Amino acid sequence: MIPSLHIVRPGLLTTVQDLGRAGYQNLGIAVGGALDPVSLRVANALVGNAPGAGALEVLYLGPTIAIEADDVRMSFAGASAAIEVLPDVTATRGKRVETMRSIRLRRGEIARIGSLSGGAVLYLAVEGGFAIEPMLGSVSTDIRGGLGGWQGRALTAGDRLPLRLPRASDRDECRIEGLDLGYRAAFRAIAGPQNDYFAPSELAAFFASDYTVGTGSNRMGMRLEGRHIAHARGHNITSDAVAPGSVQVPGNGQPIVLLADRQTTGGYPKIATVISADLPALGRLPIGAKIRFESVTIEQARELRRDLLAEIERIKDRIVPVGCSDADAADVAPKLSHHNLISGVVDAGNWAI
Amino acid sequence: MPPYKVLTAGDTGLVVEFGDGVDRQLSAFVLALARRLNEARLEGITETVPTFRSLMVYYDPIVLASTALVARIVELMEGVRTSESAGRLWHLPVCYDCELAPDLGYVATRTGLTCATVVERHAAVAYHVYMLGFLPGLAYLGDVPAELALPRREVPRTRIPAGSVAIAMSMSCIFPRETPCGLHLVGRSPVALWRQSTGAEFGALLAPGDRVIFAPISLREYEDLHAKAAAGKLVITPVDETRDAAA
Repeated sequence: MIPSLHIVRPGLLTTVQDLGRAGYQNLGIAVGGALDPVSLRVANALVGNAPGAGALEVLYLGPTIAIEADDVRMSFAGASAAIEVLPDVTATRGKRVETMRSIRLRRGEIARIGSLSGGAVLYLAVEGGFAIEPMLGSVSTDIRGGLGGWQGRALTAGDRLPLRLPRASDRDECRIEGLDLGYRAAFRAIAGPQNDYFAPSELAAFFASDYTVGTGSNRMGMRLEGRHIAHARGHNITSDAVAPGSVQVPGNGQPIVLLADRQTTGGYPKIATVISADLPALGRLPIGAKIRFESVTIEQARELRRDLLAEIERIKDRIVPVGCSDADAADVAPKLSHHNLISGVVDAGNWAI
Repeated sequence: MPPYKVLTAGDTGLVVEFGDGVDRQLSAFVLALARRLNEARLEGITETVPTFRSLMVYYDPIVLASTALVARIVELMEGVRTSESAGRLWHLPVCYDCELAPDLGYVATRTGLTCATVVERHAAVAYHVYMLGFLPGLAYLGDVPAELALPRREVPRTRIPAGSVAIAMSMSCIFPRETPCGLHLVGRSPVALWRQSTGAEFGALLAPGDRVIFAPISLREYEDLHAKAAAGKLVITPVDETRDAAA
C-alpha cells in the first residue's frame, strides 16, 4: 500500500501549499502559496525538508489525520493549536502535542488538530514531503483556478495524500527556539499605486485609523472594517495588475488587503501596498484582529526585506533537539519576545515579521 | 515616445502606466515594453504582467534596486513603437444557438437589433487580446462593436459553463472554466483556452497581442467539436498568415 496520510476530517480549509507559483501571472495564473511563508519554512526545517517543500496549510480549525505508513515524521509551525495524538480511530483521548516541533507517528495513530489560537494559520509538514506532481513548478493549491495541490481543491474526508518516504528517518525530534510566529497590529505599507484616487486627507486617515479584520476574509483577501475611505475620482479604474499586499478600496470604502490567492488583475483603486517583509505576518492575522498601517519609503522597505531574509537564513540555527535546555537560547530570547516599532523603523535585531 | 508614468506597487512591483482606458495604442506600447524587458533578461525581474494600459514589473529589490530598474525602463522606452508585437491570428469556432446563448435575446432587446444581427456584428471584427487575467487562460478581447456595448449584468450568475462566450462594455471573453460571471452570455466555444496537465504540457492558447476572429458554427458542429475536444483531439492552430499573404 502506498504510504499516505488519510484525511479523516478535513478541518475548515486545509490545502497543500508551498512558496507559490510565481512567473505565470501573464497567463492569468494566481501566485498563491502559503499565507505565511515564514511558518511554512519553519515547518519544513523541523523535518529537514527543503524550505519550499509543499506542506498542509490549516486555517482556524485543523484536520484529523490517520497515519497509513510504517511511521512518519511530522511537524507543526505557526499558530498555537490544540493537537492530540490518539492511538487509533476508536480512542477518545490521546496525548497533547505542542506546535513548533516535530513528532514521529506510527501506523494507525491519529493526529487530531483542533482550533488554532494566536493566529489564523498552521503548517503541517511531513519529512520527505508529499508525492504530488508540481503544476507549473509548484504544488500549491489554486482553488479558484482548480489547479495544483491535491486535485486542485481543499482536502475532504477520505483523501489519501501519498508520502514520498515510506518511513521516518532515524533521528531525534526537533523544536525551534526563540522564534515568535505570532501576529501584531502594525503593518508597514507604501502609498500607491493609485493613491492619487484619494484626497490627501483620506490617505492620511487611512494611515491613522485602526481597522478590524472582518468576516468574509479568506486566502484571496482580508476585508477590513473601520474608517470609510472616500474616493476622489470614483472607485472604478481600468483593470490593472495587483501586487501582493495591495490595499484596494471598493465602492463601499472599506479596504481589502489582497493576499496569496488574489486574482492577477483587478479594477479597484489601490491606496497602498503592504511591504514584502510584512506579508508573512499579515497572512497569519485572524478574523477579528486589529490592524493599522504605517507609511514607509521604498528604501526602508528594502532594508526591512533584507532583515527578513537574514532572519529566514537563521531559522536553521534555531532548530534544536527536543529536550535541549532553553538556557542556550536565553541570551536571544528576551530580545525576540517583543516587537518594538518606533517611528516606523523596526529594530533589525528583532524578529518582527 | 509615448508619455508614461512609473507607479510604486509596494517594494516588489513597479507599474509602467501609459494612460487610462482600454485603447489599442496604449496596449501596443504595453506589449512593446514587455517584449523589450523580457528580451533584456534583467537579473532581478521576476515577471512582467501586461494589462490594458500598464505593465506590471515584479522584481526582487535586493537584486535590483527600484532606482536601477526605473533607469533601465527609461532606457528601454527610447524609441519604443506600437508596431513591435505582431501577435498570432486565430479563427475560433463559436456556436451562437440560443440553447448555448442564454443572453442573446436580452442583448438583442437591449440593443434594438435582431439576434441574427447581434451574432453577425459580434463575429464581424478581429479582436485584439489585451491581456490575460482573472482565471488561467482567460483572455480579454476587444473591442466589441459599439452597438453591442452593454453594462454588466446587475446580478452576476453564480456559475456559467466552461467555453461560455460573453460580452460586456467593450470586452468579449471566452471563459476557460466554470466560474461566477457578470457578463452576458452570447455563445459557446468548444475550444479549450487553458490546457492543463501535471507534466510539461500546459498553457494558455491565447497571448496578449494575438488577434481573434469568431467563426460561427451550428449546434451540431459545436457538439461534434466539443466531443472531439473532450477526447483531447481538437487541435486549434493559429492562421498561417505568411502563406495567406503569398497566396
